[in-house]
Amino acid sequence: MTEEIIIAGFGGQGVLSMGKILAYSGVMQDMEVSWMPSYGPEMRGGTANVTVILSSERISSPIINQYDTAIILNQQSMDKFESMVKPGGTLLYDPNGITRHPERKDINIYKVEASMEASNMGLTKIFNMIVLGSFIKIKPIVQIENVIKGLKKSLPERYHHMIPDNEDAIRKGMEVSVPVQLLS
Amino acid sequence: MAETIFDPNIIKDQNLVYKRTDHMKEKALSYCPGCGHGTAHRILMEVIEEMGIQEKTIGVSPVGCSVLAYDFMNVDMQGAAHGRAPALATAIKRLMPDKFVFTYQGDGDLAAIGTAETIHACNRGEHITIIFINNGIYGMTGGQMAPTTLPGMRSSTSPYGRDEATMGHPLRMTELVATLPGTCFVTRQAVHTPGNVRKAKRALRTAFELQTRKIGVSFVEIVSNCNSGWKMTPVKANTWMEENMFPYYPLGDIKVPEKID
Amino acid sequence: MKELRLMKGNEAIAEAAIRCGCDAYFGYPITPQSEILEYLMVEKPHERTGMVVLQAESEVASINMVYAGAGCGRKVMTSSSSPGVSLMQEGLSYCAGAELPCLLVNVVRGGPGLGTIQPSQADYFQSTKGGGHGDYRLIVLAPSSVQEMCDFVGLGFDLAFKYRNPALILTDGAIGQMMEKVMLPASVNRWTEEEIKQQTPWATTGKPADRPANVITSLELDSAKQEKVNQKLQAKYAEMEKNEVRFERIQCDDAEYLFVAFGTSARICQKSIDLARAKGIKVGLLRPITLFPFPKDEIEKLAGQVKGMLSVEMNAGQMVEDIRLNAKGKCPVEHYGRFGGIMPSPDEVLKVLEQKFIGG
Ligand SMILES: Cc1ncc(C[n+]2csc(CCOP(=O)(O)OP(=O)(O)O)c2C)c(N)n1
Ligand code: SF4
Repeated sequence: MTEEIIIAGFGGQGVLSMGKILAYSGVMQDMEVSWMPSYGPEMRGGTANVTVILSSERISSPIINQYDTAIILNQQSMDKFESMVKPGGTLLYDPNGITRHPERKDINIYKVEASMEASNMGLTKIFNMIVLGSFIKIKPIVQIENVIKGLKKSLPERYHHMIPDNEDAIRKGMEVSVPVQLLS
Repeated sequence: MAETIFDPNIIKDQNLVYKRTDHMKEKALSYCPGCGHGTAHRILMEVIEEMGIQEKTIGVSPVGCSVLAYDFMNVDMQGAAHGRAPALATAIKRLMPDKFVFTYQGDGDLAAIGTAETIHACNRGEHITIIFINNGIYGMTGGQMAPTTLPGMRSSTSPYGRDEATMGHPLRMTELVATLPGTCFVTRQAVHTPGNVRKAKRALRTAFELQTRKIGVSFVEIVSNCNSGWKMTPVKANTWMEENMFPYYPLGDIKVPEKID
Repeated sequence: MKELRLMKGNEAIAEAAIRCGCDAYFGYPITPQSEILEYLMVEKPHERTGMVVLQAESEVASINMVYAGAGCGRKVMTSSSSPGVSLMQEGLSYCAGAELPCLLVNVVRGGPGLGTIQPSQADYFQSTKGGGHGDYRLIVLAPSSVQEMCDFVGLGFDLAFKYRNPALILTDGAIGQMMEKVMLPASVNRWTEEEIKQQTPWATTGKPADRPANVITSLELDSAKQEKVNQKLQAKYAEMEKNEVRFERIQCDDAEYLFVAFGTSARICQKSIDLARAKGIKVGLLRPITLFPFPKDEIEKLAGQVKGMLSVEMNAGQMVEDIRLNAKGKCPVEHYGRFGGIMPSPDEVLKVLEQKFIGG
């Protein structure tokens, strides 16, 4: 089993930390993992993305241009990564701020109103955890218990009081994604 | 607010009191909103415009957040390797003594890796202007400690605050170069309020005018903010600067040349 | 205690340094490797092991601090990225000349000049052919995973001390910034004063009455003696070539074509192999782990087996020269490179192999 994922959006949306938690969840399940960020000044308000690979085998290339799943959180990333989803793969996106919705016919498409849900919950910071929740519902590669363990591992001690909010957000995310297009 | 408060009809020539100098290129600045670099660029270019010396000016940009200064300043410029700007400026001025030559450098560039170049250009008394933006941190590389970082101040390489016992003391480079006979005008300014902007601009004007007297380096420090590196809002950063940076780096002239009549 | 963690390559280097008994780190911030210094500052190694960490005023200062620390028989290291490593070349040449064991990490970014902060392998020539002035070599280790970033710190020090020679970990921004699982080794103590005197009797540890004063220098004005110094260095490099060649063979046994790649490129090629084999093309990968000493014999042997070799590098064609030299014409050797911080993709690499050798 190998799952190759790209998570892409604006810097500040928690793209990198969401990838990190996902990677840590994989570690908790004894999987091989890699987390490869875009780095540099791009991070200042520009776009940020991270490639996460979870696998039961040794991971060959951490650098890829074809993904099983693309998690897309802004328009630039939609423009860049929609075409890079493998045929039969999955695209999950937050429609907030998206002006051109995905058009591919050969992939599964889901959307999650994560930014709306996050502001409804009064917790904009856990936006990324809602997205993560949707992902693990759609692709149950990692169990939620392991995601929580991963969360603990990747959050510095001083933020541990925020874990319950994060957990709520993940569970929320598991409920609120909607399929837009499913391949039969 | 529903209605617009901006009335486009007020844009008329007779209402114009201030505009962007065309000595700044028409390009959006790459600095974080609220950063002092942008203001410093603008007044520098205004001085060059007002003196009418665009054709006679050559600038040297550093490595740091202002590495792309040549994208914004509409004069001939050279990009130096990290810290070496005063060496480049030396050569430019020696080869073209009638030009106005300046460097524009951050604190890491000027006071860490480029200390030797700074001191020796000042000590040789090169007839150049050195503009030193002191924000107490390495902005470009993501907030590491600079030689000018204040005692106890946190940065990514002084995560528990600058410990003077092991990391040294904040370097007052400006006072240091003022002791060298090769400098003719040494001053410390800021650009966070209109009043300070005016003063800083006057200092830059003096610095450039002094180049024609060929009496040595004119050195203008601008104490500035780095809201990204300090992890503060721009407004907070400015207050913090006033409360913490200015006591350590007091504003004002440190060395002025004798008047000639 | 051994410990499993998810870490960035840069952080793994820093943690490994603390754990392997490193005495000091001197460095100057530069992207994409500043995490090494930052991690060390957060970890307070002074409290953990007594290790000294200092942010120097420049890379010139850093490498000279390393020279002096090594001269005292201490395990000292520095790290930087391409522009900073260029600044260190003079100091490195002095370290090689004075036969000082020390460790340097170059997290390469695209050049020339200020270039880009994105990953590159364009410093291969500089790293493997000397780099500074004079006839000298560094021991060059090329990790291709975060685990190896960790492991090669200890290995680098071991080799450096075994041969009294600077060792270099040549990596790039991709591996430096990437997170993978890493099994951290158990901590070993730093050498005691006594051990230092025993291990490095040549070091300037303070002259006791019963030995002549030790001098660390690379100067020998008498040409006849300087030639001897050089011959000794060359003999040492020959010894390394005999004993220290390291490489990994991946699916080479039945390979009809071969990728040769190190570091990040080697990871990419592993995926290309999977893609190729799914299409029935038998490709293997030779991954040099030591770039100096270079796996010359293995290249020659495989050149006799395969129909073609493709050197995949993130540069304009540097290692390919060493491959050609050692393939000795036994098979065609081609190069494929991307530069300026661009990394080739696995399918792109496969396409090039097909075009160059199979006619696709
Ligand atoms: C030889 C070399 N070493 C390190 C760097 C990385 N580097 C780029 S800018 C910089 C420091 C910038 O700080 P400062 O001069 O204070 O300017 P600021 O970004 O704060 O305006 C460093 C260390 C480099 N480009 N070259
Ligand atoms: S990082 Fe700091 S110095 Fe650089 S542009 Fe932003 S605020 Fe200015």
